[in-house]
Amino acid sequence: MSNADLQRIDINPTHTYNGFRLRPGKPLPFGATLVPGGVNFSIYSSHATACTLVLFVKGQPQPYAEIPFPEEFRIGNVYAMIVFDLDYENIEYGYRMDGPFDPPAGHRFDQSKILLDPYAKAIGGRDVWGVPPDWSNIYHYRGRLTFDDFDWQGDRPLQIPSEDLIIYEMHVRGFTRHASSGVKHPGTFAAIREKIPYLKALGVNCVELLPIYEFDEFDGSRPHPWEEDKLLLNYWGYSTVGFFAPKAAYAATGRLGMQVDEFKALVRELHTNGIQVLLDVVFNHTAEGNEMGPMISFRGIDNKTYYMLTPDGYYWNFSGTGNTLNCNNPLVRNMVLDCLRYWASEYHIDGFRFDLAAILGRDPIGIPLSNPPLLESLAYDPILAKCELIAEAWDAGGLYQVGSFPAYGRWAEWNGKYRDDMRRFLKGDMDLIGAVAQRLQGSPDLYAWRGPTASVNFFCCHDGFTLADLVSYNDKHNEANGWGNTDGGNDDHSWNCGVEGPTDDPEVNALRMRQMKNAFALLLVSHGVPMFLMGDEIGHSQQGNNNTYCQDNELNWLDWGLVERNAELLRFVQRCIAFRHAHPVLRNREHLRNYDYVGSGYADITWHGTRAWQSDWSGTSRIIAFMLCGKHAKSGTVTDNYIYVAANMYWDALPFELPGLPEGMHWHLFANTGAVPDAYEPGSEPRLEPQHELLVGGRSVIILVGHE
Amino acid sequence: MEITITTRNQLTLATLVGELDGKTAPTAQERIVPLCQGGSRVLLDMSQVTYMSSAGLRLMLLLYRQATGTGATLALAGLSEDLQDTMSATGFLTYFTLYDTVEAAEAALAQ
Repeated sequence: MSNADLQRIDINPTHTYNGFRLRPGKPLPFGATLVPGGVNFSIYSSHATACTLVLFVKGQPQPYAEIPFPEEFRIGNVYAMIVFDLDYENIEYGYRMDGPFDPPAGHRFDQSKILLDPYAKAIGGRDVWGVPPDWSNIYHYRGRLTFDDFDWQGDRPLQIPSEDLIIYEMHVRGFTRHASSGVKHPGTFAAIREKIPYLKALGVNCVELLPIYEFDEFDGSRPHPWEEDKLLLNYWGYSTVGFFAPKAAYAATGRLGMQVDEFKALVRELHTNGIQVLLDVVFNHTAEGNEMGPMISFRGIDNKTYYMLTPDGYYWNFSGTGNTLNCNNPLVRNMVLDCLRYWASEYHIDGFRFDLAAILGRDPIGIPLSNPPLLESLAYDPILAKCELIAEAWDAGGLYQVGSFPAYGRWAEWNGKYRDDMRRFLKGDMDLIGAVAQRLQGSPDLYAWRGPTASVNFFCCHDGFTLADLVSYNDKHNEANGWGNTDGGNDDHSWNCGVEGPTDDPEVNALRMRQMKNAFALLLVSHGVPMFLMGDEIGHSQQGNNNTYCQDNELNWLDWGLVERNAELLRFVQRCIAFRHAHPVLRNREHLRNYDYVGSGYADITWHGTRAWQSDWSGTSRIIAFMLCGKHAKSGTVTDNYIYVAANMYWDALPFELPGLPEGMHWHLFANTGAVPDAYEPGSEPRLEPQHELLVGGRSVIILVGHE
Repeated sequence: MEITITTRNQLTLATLVGELDGKTAPTAQERIVPLCQGGSRVLLDMSQVTYMSSAGLRLMLLLYRQATGTGATLALAGLSEDLQDTMSATGFLTYFTLYDTVEAAEAALAQ
């Protein structure tokens, strides 16, 4: 007999209650955990006076058992209990919490409510997307038990250096829900696996998934303003029901409760194909809304701990959604840390993008902290040490921290200034050349000490116009959202190229195509981490809607027919991505220094205009050109080709004098958005003739590569 | 769940009938693991399995590991489309050799 055969001495019950065999549980880990012979239930509340475990047979309307935690099972503020002999695959569990109902004091206990475990690792109740809930159900979102074993086959997070990433922001359902996707289970994790070859061919090496934590698509559902029998749903999913559970309805096997395995299988397969997985996580608020909202979990378990409350017990609303999670309360901070550690270790997630992350730096009454403990904890955590941590560095309460987000040398940001400056440059605005030069270099003006990888560069993301709409609409057209076009941002910096919306005018359409190519060309030669929205590579339109959070329909579903119809754009994007991968000189980890520190005779970056070596920084300029010295690639540790980029956002063609290359080298044409062909396979660029000058068409970008 | 085990032509056929879940998987494990010994050829007739839970998936993987560990050959026959979908979506299908029917498996494994 080996040690492994030796039985544990704590596998026997010590108590019974109504036929259930019990034993004092272990307070850690929190949540429900399978242990030999039973299940360990552990939940904490700072202010509850008693707790009862409520058990259901899966899907049944009424519980089959309620087991109060014996007082002697309580350690500190943690209720912990092992229940033996449970049919763990066929039960759902929740809790009743007793305690004061005293809103001015911050307490809203209600023993009549059955509450979801904040640490539930799987949640039943919304298993299939769009199936209308039974609103009379006494317990909507039900904790379920999961296996935490998975055959990872040696997989681990990829740890691709940040500067080498190309992020593809995508919505799990929207990616394959459209009938044209041709997958077996549209709108699911499994379907993304079927589309991995597309992602590989595109060349992205990182996907960032819009929220996949369990949420309720029926949260705030309402009739579509003009389509009868259609509902507007909570499509994006930025209102979390449970932070530890993947959304069941995003799994083809969600109806069987197998979403955990299905999502892990997706992560494993993406990793096998060299693609990282980032999660868009929402720790600024929950699905419980304000005092009028539903009591799902946190509010009934420990309202005062989990939420930021006004002095008279109402909810602060820095998130614009009704409540604000109290992230710098030490307990909540620990929950966030537990959550991210869980996803990083159990799901092999490569990193996180934090929605409205400025909120995470506010203290429990909302004041911005100079040294926010949560952000610091995440930055220094050993399990998260190799994860990407990306902040959306603003919130709905007016805190805007792009460039000043507390970073601890770890945090990157969605660079909202990149988006705004580059969009304005793209449409031909003036007074921007100085700013654009910063954006192209990874925004050293914003991230002087943090390096270019602090800057996630993007033109478009889920929030706002798609790229196709950015070049097709001057104004938002959000009528379908049912708020009379009052919702969504008003600062899109878009330009419709002459006609609002779709047109048959070939000149307008040609200009739009060129503008989309210009955006991709500039994005993919910018220092920093490029990100783009799923479908922008094939010109997906949301018909001018810049806030499609509630549209579970063709506005959001990717039409795969565009792969054919916009093959020209797709091929251009593929080549620009391949070009970026091929050239380390575009991907420095440290900021460019604007001087020659390797003795090549060229500064790492030099600025040009229509005359070589003479850039035009004047307010009326709409052109910029720069050259990267190949001997300064990766801070001078790698030798690459020279690269020259000229962007002419003036409406007419202009001749650009080209800077001379070292003896024996010649310029070759990689891309010219104003010409046919628009781009060549990296490595097969034809030599440019003549070498000293190039005519760059109006609103066009050219990219040259210099080598022997 | 009912499990019938027969042997013919050096092929061990285990026929599973019913649902493979947390309740039935331990018994199935007890019955089938011993069959997966060095050099043996084991075919699981899954055509009458109506449901497979997470525990069922784990049993299948355990059997696969047992078979590859001992040098046994393990194949599945008659897996319904539903079960194939489930196993595929959760990443458990790739391990197995599948045959449409027991007859097809017998013919292939006899070679």
